[in-house]
Amino acid sequence: MAGDVVIGDGEVDKSRRVFLTAATATTGAIGVALAVIPFAASWLPSERARAVGAPVSLDLSKLDPGQMVVPIWRRQPIYIVRRTPAMLASLANHDDRLKDPTSLHSEQPAYAKNVDRSRKPEYLVLIGICTHLGCLPKARFAAAIPELGADWPGGFFCPCHGSRFDLAGRVFDGSPASVNLRVPPYAFEGEQTLVIGVDAADAKGAA
Amino acid sequence: MGTPRQALLLIGLLIAGSACGAAEAVGGAGADWASWQASDDVADTASLQRGARNFMGYCLGCHSLKYERYSRLASDLMISPEQLQLLMPPGAKPADYIVTTMPAADAASWFGKAPPDLSLMSRARGPDYLYQFFKTFYVDPKQPTGVNNLRLPTTAMPAVLAELEGLKRAVFKAEQKPGADGKPMTEQVFDHFEMLAPGRLSAAQYDEFVHDTVNFLDYVGEPTQLERRALGVWVVLFLLVFTCLAWLLKQEYWKDVH
Amino acid sequence: MAPVTPPAAPQDKPRGVVAWIYKRFPVQEFLSEQLTGYYAPKNFNFWYFFGSLALVILVLQLATGIFLTMFYKPGEATSFDSVEFIMREVQWGWLIRYLHSSGASLFFIVVYLHMFRAMLYGSYKAPRELLWLLGMVVYLALMAEAFFGYVLPWGNMSFWGAQVIVNLFGTIPVIGPGLVEWIRGDYGIADATLNRFFALHVAAVPLALLLFVVLHLVSLHHSGSNNPDGIEIKARVGADGHPLDGIPFHPYYTVKDIVGMGVMFVLLAIVVFFVPSFGGLFLEAPNFEPANPLSTPEHIAPVWYFTPYYAILRAVPDQRLGAFLMFLAVALFVFLPWLDRSPVKSMRYRGALSRAALALFAVSFITLGYLGLEPAEGRYVILARIFGFIYFAFFLLMPWYSRIDKVKPVPERVTYHGHA
Repeated sequence: MAGDVVIGDGEVDKSRRVFLTAATATTGAIGVALAVIPFAASWLPSERARAVGAPVSLDLSKLDPGQMVVPIWRRQPIYIVRRTPAMLASLANHDDRLKDPTSLHSEQPAYAKNVDRSRKPEYLVLIGICTHLGCLPKARFAAAIPELGADWPGGFFCPCHGSRFDLAGRVFDGSPASVNLRVPPYAFEGEQTLVIGVDAADAKGAA
Repeated sequence: MGTPRQALLLIGLLIAGSACGAAEAVGGAGADWASWQASDDVADTASLQRGARNFMGYCLGCHSLKYERYSRLASDLMISPEQLQLLMPPGAKPADYIVTTMPAADAASWFGKAPPDLSLMSRARGPDYLYQFFKTFYVDPKQPTGVNNLRLPTTAMPAVLAELEGLKRAVFKAEQKPGADGKPMTEQVFDHFEMLAPGRLSAAQYDEFVHDTVNFLDYVGEPTQLERRALGVWVVLFLLVFTCLAWLLKQEYWKDVH
Repeated sequence: MAPVTPPAAPQDKPRGVVAWIYKRFPVQEFLSEQLTGYYAPKNFNFWYFFGSLALVILVLQLATGIFLTMFYKPGEATSFDSVEFIMREVQWGWLIRYLHSSGASLFFIVVYLHMFRAMLYGSYKAPRELLWLLGMVVYLALMAEAFFGYVLPWGNMSFWGAQVIVNLFGTIPVIGPGLVEWIRGDYGIADATLNRFFALHVAAVPLALLLFVVLHLVSLHHSGSNNPDGIEIKARVGADGHPLDGIPFHPYYTVKDIVGMGVMFVLLAIVVFFVPSFGGLFLEAPNFEPANPLSTPEHIAPVWYFTPYYAILRAVPDQRLGAFLMFLAVALFVFLPWLDRSPVKSMRYRGALSRAALALFAVSFITLGYLGLEPAEGRYVILARIFGFIYFAFFLLMPWYSRIDKVKPVPERVTYHGHA
């Protein structure tokens, strides 16, 4: 009948329809995927976050032996401890009580994959966040305190769920945490200045 | 740079200028000031670099660019870290925002109002406005700063660039014009500029100085503009391809319909 | 042959998860009733793109708006800075912002063209009066949304635009001044105003918009679409029960509307990437300066989509009467289904009087829009009064001219010229 809508008027080129539908749909899907990128990327740290996350310099001359100072780098507390010879000596002889004594499974830069987990043994640099669920471990540097027992060599104790770490941040057996405290990238600029956030002292600018 | 020193400089130049004899008329120059255009081009990186240098040297003393970081400036304008150190005021770090050291409260009491932040001035008034502003300062003893401006009459800003441009005066002509109520009134209408004393730069050099500075302020108004235009070409092309495909698909289906 | 989508062949029968969902949720029924089984007139022309385009822009505004809200900080001290933070320091923030600001203007372009279509073809006439009313609610909600949204950047035009519009409510007799203070939450436009406008713009009005858009679509599908000939296609039904002049919405109009979206996105991209301020029309220059209660911009003008009504407001020398007439100018649209006494729906079959009236209305709406952008002085005032008069005459004289106008005979079947 004249004027009716007729579908399949003789030859319907099905293959052409399928091709065009596929081509349009594919192009459209690519377009949608590309369009999602700016929205998803907007969640990445902004320029402000990255600027505030720039490396932090610290003057070490004010730090006495046995003391700890906690600056903030990228919103994380950084534990910096000036270890005494006695504290360094306490790191030996309890490897059998540690989960990861050689830091095979833990996170640290190459220069901190040693017993004292630092560039210079005198200065311990750790990210002060318990590797269990994120609380801040407390400093318990004195050995053999009643709270932690006669075998306690000194280190860190996390109050939330009881994880224990030695004076190199290595985790003890029996702790809910399974890896050692993380070490951030850091470097020394001269003798007295510590820069947290860069691996080499001459690398200026944001890491 | 304080107002008393500025005023002394002005007086000195005026005396020197008038002592030199007849002032030079710059051939009816400036009569068309309201139609001057900035012809800025933010793709001209060299110009932007000069503009940045101009800003740090002559403007940062009072004006901030508080939404722009030095580090962003360096990476967008391809300024090396060493050159950046030369541009930054002492104590500033690359990640800092570009902020003037002049305390706002003091500035307000010295100039009558705090010098505004210039990050968005190019977007708020337009590059042509800025260009005309920089080029229409003239001597006016009635103003507290000793100068006035055709683009922004009674501006509180002193003639900071006078040492570069020189000093000029504005010659007004009396004209009969109908007032708001239709009755004829005598109005002082700007006619032309006359140079009183030359600055360190020639007219062409000063024009380039202004052009670069306005160009720089245009960039600061929207640092992403170059990236935006470059990406836009690809986006529009892609969408045109998609629309063509969609159109072909539509035509194919609508063959059915009679 | 009957124009139905062929039934699913045995191998197309849904299986697995899809079948599980189909059994428990009316997906198949929805698709077959609202898409493949919704028959729309086959003679839709250019004017029929704008409904689906408006829906697409709504989705765009919601998506970009949600992401802007992740970074925007409402507050007198923080709003302006947070917008510049988005523009400069959030990865791709500038793009999200420009999409949202350009989308707002594009939304009004599309909606105005969509409404004009209804006026061209009598789509507000019976049985679609409720469809028109629901659409008017969407329009009003959209205007509120745009107004609240424009205040949020807290630029100087944001502040002074809010000042002027909120003050208009003070012209309402008796309750006016108290109402204004209640709206503001303070003695002048302030932080309290900004924060509540933020809540309204981000949560309350979008929910209302979504609700009324859905109701608008439900009403449309219930009465069926009108068409450029103004003929009710359901009056002539084929042996299969479908209108003779109808075609299934899917695939014919899905495929056609996608072309429309492509064209719209090309135009949107040109604006967003090359002229986002659009000469100061989409992003007004004074709004790049922070709000300053002590410094009024040289010309306070609302964004272009409000300027026709703004021109009417300023054309009247009395503030109270001007505000009343401005509100009336918007309200008159609501009454169109009852002001229009023509026996015929579409302009195609109406006489010279109706066509001239609609043409004059379109000209006056656009001219008033232009006048609203300019300062209210000199001949602009006279012109605003003339075109304002024409604007009101279009509505108020319609019961007369639509009735006495000659009409042409309306054909039985739609006029359609095939492509093949």
